[in-house]
Amino acid sequence: MPEIILEINGKEEKLDVDPKTPLLYALRGNLSLNAPKFGCGLGQCGTCMVLVNGSPQPSCLLTCESMSGKSIRTLEDLGNEEKMDPVQEAFFEKQAAQCGFCTNGMIICAKALLEQHSEPTTADITNALNRVLCRCGSHSRILDAVKYAVNLKRNQG
Amino acid sequence: MVENTNNEKLINKGRRDFIKSSGYLMVGFNLFPIVSCVQGNQAETKNLNEEFPRPLDANQINAWLKIDEKGLVTVMTGKMELGQGIKTALQQIAAEELDVSMDNMRILIADTGITQDERYTAGSGSIEGSGGSIRNAAATARQLLLEMAAKKLEVNENQLSIKDGIVSDMNSTKTISYGALVQNQQIDGKTNEAVKKKDPAAYKIVGRPILREDIRNLVLGNEHFIHDLRLPEMVHARVLRPPVYKAKIKSIPETEVKSIPGVLSLIRDGNYIAVIADEEYAAVKALKVLKEKSVWEKHPLSLDDPNLKEAIFKSDEKEQVVDGEKQFAWASDAQFKTLEASYFRPYHMHGSIGPSCAIAMWKEDFLTIWSPSQGVYPLRRTVSDLLKIPEEKIRAIGVPGSGCYGHNGADDVSADAALLAIKFPGRPVRVQWMREDEHSWEPYGSAMGFTLKAQIDREKKVSFWQTKLWSDTHSTRPNGKAGHFIGARHLDQPFNFDAGGFSGGSYRNATPLYNFGGKQIISIPFVGPLRTSALRSLGAYANIFALESFMDELAYLAERDVVQFRLDQLEDPRARAVIEEVVEKSDFKSKSSNVGKGLAFSRYKKTAAYLAVVAEVKIDPVGKTFRCSKLTAVIDAGQVINSDGLKNQTEGGMIQSASWTLKEYVRFNAQGIKSTSWETYPIFRFEDVPKIEVLVLDRPQEKALGAGEAAQGPVAAAIANAIFDATKSRVRDLPITPDKIQWSR
Repeated sequence: MPEIILEINGKEEKLDVDPKTPLLYALRGNLSLNAPKFGCGLGQCGTCMVLVNGSPQPSCLLTCESMSGKSIRTLEDLGNEEKMDPVQEAFFEKQAAQCGFCTNGMIICAKALLEQHSEPTTADITNALNRVLCRCGSHSRILDAVKYAVNLKRNQG
Repeated sequence: MVENTNNEKLINKGRRDFIKSSGYLMVGFNLFPIVSCVQGNQAETKNLNEEFPRPLDANQINAWLKIDEKGLVTVMTGKMELGQGIKTALQQIAAEELDVSMDNMRILIADTGITQDERYTAGSGSIEGSGGSIRNAAATARQLLLEMAAKKLEVNENQLSIKDGIVSDMNSTKTISYGALVQNQQIDGKTNEAVKKKDPAAYKIVGRPILREDIRNLVLGNEHFIHDLRLPEMVHARVLRPPVYKAKIKSIPETEVKSIPGVLSLIRDGNYIAVIADEEYAAVKALKVLKEKSVWEKHPLSLDDPNLKEAIFKSDEKEQVVDGEKQFAWASDAQFKTLEASYFRPYHMHGSIGPSCAIAMWKEDFLTIWSPSQGVYPLRRTVSDLLKIPEEKIRAIGVPGSGCYGHNGADDVSADAALLAIKFPGRPVRVQWMREDEHSWEPYGSAMGFTLKAQIDREKKVSFWQTKLWSDTHSTRPNGKAGHFIGARHLDQPFNFDAGGFSGGSYRNATPLYNFGGKQIISIPFVGPLRTSALRSLGAYANIFALESFMDELAYLAERDVVQFRLDQLEDPRARAVIEEVVEKSDFKSKSSNVGKGLAFSRYKKTAAYLAVVAEVKIDPVGKTFRCSKLTAVIDAGQVINSDGLKNQTEGGMIQSASWTLKEYVRFNAQGIKSTSWETYPIFRFEDVPKIEVLVLDRPQEKALGAGEAAQGPVAAAIANAIFDATKSRVRDLPITPDKIQWSR
């Protein structure tokens, strides 16, 4: 199989995969990443979101070959236990999850939004997160968490 | 507080190096004791069936909690973490009784090798059940530790105090820690139900909004779900489901599938077909070919969704009076006003966001199943029936799945993994469903029909109330019968499905809590075309929708205020309190144009939490549309264990119920299920979600009551009542969509 080189979380990763493999399977299967999850494989639920050149994209619909030359970031790269990203911190502090299967998609979309808008409106947030489904009904908390993340980010300068 | 006992060192230190060197990842899971020796592949998997652990008798303290020489407490519960936060709540209960800080608490969940058989994590019963046992064990342990300390310190027991796991003599500087007391031994003894427990007024940990530590894992993208569990040498399987329930296979593209790189095995056992591959995507590709090129003899469904409602009310199965008076006669006096109305609820999906996934391994005559099931013991029993392997040779280990909201595909996929592990021995077999299979094959919440009739007397009170309800079963959990697994029905030697006649879920909350002159509840079975089982709150959702809608209809008929009409016929002070509180908090009585408000109330299962909710809808009479803009609820769940957890569950229940009520129904026709994706089964997205407010009435001196399902029914009725308030049009068929409203009224 041809080797594909992708930039994932700031590192060059050599992937020994069928070039048509959806990025999601390479991230989970070849790189043992956990955050992007399979939900529908149709781009309808948003659980598999990753940042492609800073923009949130469903990784179940992107082939590996189409990703060469692009910068891919997953939730794992946003922060760690010692230093969380403000969005991660806000989701934890506000306990904005129940089962948490949607958490990846929610945080990735919120992160992308906050990179674009430092003071998003409620409508902006709703719009940015609308493509990610949550079945537990954590929406109102997630909305609060994103608003709280805006504050955290502002205070961190 | 750390999530599992087994991961504390590995989590922070060198995690990535560990992954790289071993090529797989096992930390962070409830795999104790397997994980403690993680190094080489062989050592680890071999350990599974050697020293196979068994839980202790339930009357032993050590069956519920252990204290180690460092003073760390490990709680063991047979209940499953489903995203409801049960791990945190149960640790709070133990920490409180033991006087140990939450930082020193650990918990292990459902595992037939370690924890007690606590059947299913369902019916909002974990706090009352497991919580009660853990509280007893912790209080007994505390008493034993106190006695041990008195002996060691040579002082009288009643001059000792305990704080954060340290026992101190109040008359000197002598102290000793729990860790030092137990050293390497376990506190040995039987739990004592009569042992003195803390006065709730003195609680310091129970009741507090302690943060769920597992959410930290989730926001960091750490491994958490069964989907993230990677076992050494694991292979990936996909199962080919028939296009419609009872279709029979005629041919499969065997050669083509076997030629796909990575495919290790194509399994065919009657109508049960599966593919196993060394990589997940290879299995996905193989399944795609199988789906496209297999030929089936179809077996059409007997109905389609547009004709479902008519079919339900036509069911001529035997009527049964399930509550209230057997015999009665309607009053013929003209002073009595009579009303009759019919309501309908379609099939609803659990709609888990992550498709069902499980792993099983058959090695050295022993079967291990890693499963997101709500009941690892019943799962083990049923897999034993399926494979004819004795239960002692099966271990079922609970690993969190995507939120399930009842009996979804979790047990079926576990059976798939077990079946395939036997056919592909020696290596862990991971099975994950595709979205289409999840949507098509999960057991739905049953469609239901209701005819309600009541008479109102001169006092403007209900003199007699009759409910007739039609429903398919609300429980086809495995319970030891392999025919309840869908995979088992497709085998060459199929297991037959036997519904088992449980109808209790159908009339859950059918009986009004109100004090009427008389009541009669009649249940009529309806054997529908689709597979059904337990969906959050079972029949209570639609029973309360019908009951509380009808209460509004009766209040209008009686020309009485909808709040007063309820309060006039309700004695229970806690029921009255949630209603009065929500009316005030939501500003229910204030009116504005094009805004409707609706109230509904119930006490879940008649014995669990009380909840009253007010829904607000904003209508656009010109555009003939509306939106649910706000939901305000007041809940009384007795003693609160974790106030934030309780709020989180209630908020979630409200939003989920609003989604069922306003958007959802399963589409199907003779060819099969048509709702095969989120496009054909839309659920709430952010843009649909109303503003949510929840107020908790804490009653620390009362028993803790199950709360996780309390919101489902009242929210549906409150929305219907709000629509009526705004439009004077009564929608009795779910889902409530703008086209069902008579806008001319």
